Amino acid sequence: MARVLMFGALAEVAGWREQTLEAGTLADLRALLTEANPALGERLSGPGVFAVVNKAMVRGDCVLAVDDEVGFVPPVSGG
Amino acid sequence: MVRLEDHAIQPGSLLDAFCRDRFDVGGVVSFTGLTRGRTDGADVAQLSLDAWPGYTEKVMAELEAEARARFAVLDILVVHRWGDLAVGEPIVFVAVAAEHRRIAFEAADFLMDQLKTRAPFWKKETGPDGERWIEARPQDHADAARWTGDTQ
Repeated sequence: MARVLMFGALAEVAGWREQTLEAGTLADLRALLTEANPALGERLSGPGVFAVVNKAMVRGDCVLAVDDEVGFVPPVSGG
Repeated sequence: MVRLEDHAIQPGSLLDAFCRDRFDVGGVVSFTGLTRGRTDGADVAQLSLDAWPGYTEKVMAELEAEARARFAVLDILVVHRWGDLAVGEPIVFVAVAAEHRRIAFEAADFLMDQLKTRAPFWKKETGPDGERWIEARPQDHADAARWTGDTQ
């Protein structure tokens, strides 16, 4: 079970900010999210969007352990 | 030091406190970013800034560490707002203390360029035409890219 977080425009497209989901890998989690909400799936694979697992950026796939925290981060706009 | 703030920032108080009891510092440079009332010709009534408490500070601290490694500064303070802001409210405050002013100016400039393009904040503007999410502009990326060359 991973704690999944959405931010900015992604949270709006998802319709939620936080959910606990069952997924063994990051790729499984992406597939699960896309199946539930194709528009969200498209945004998650869009330019400038990346995944952060336990507060560290992950490029590609990774195994998710129980209680891992996964955030999906859209392009930033600070300052 | 970096800080994520969900209440109004008081730049004057932050600057006073930052300058207090320093005897080895020749200069402090500070920058205050304000919420603009107009972006790309569109009126902005309110701005909402999303952040990820815990992760946002972690990235801000990495940017501070990069600035400290790059410039011989004596101290750095970055305070960034999140949540709902009215037009004209301070959104970010950066202060840099150094022995000499040039380094303080450069480090503050560097920090702002990095914050604009790398700090995990997501900005939504609300105006008469509705809501829109804002991303870093090409100019912001060009500003940040100035620091990746070998001219420094």
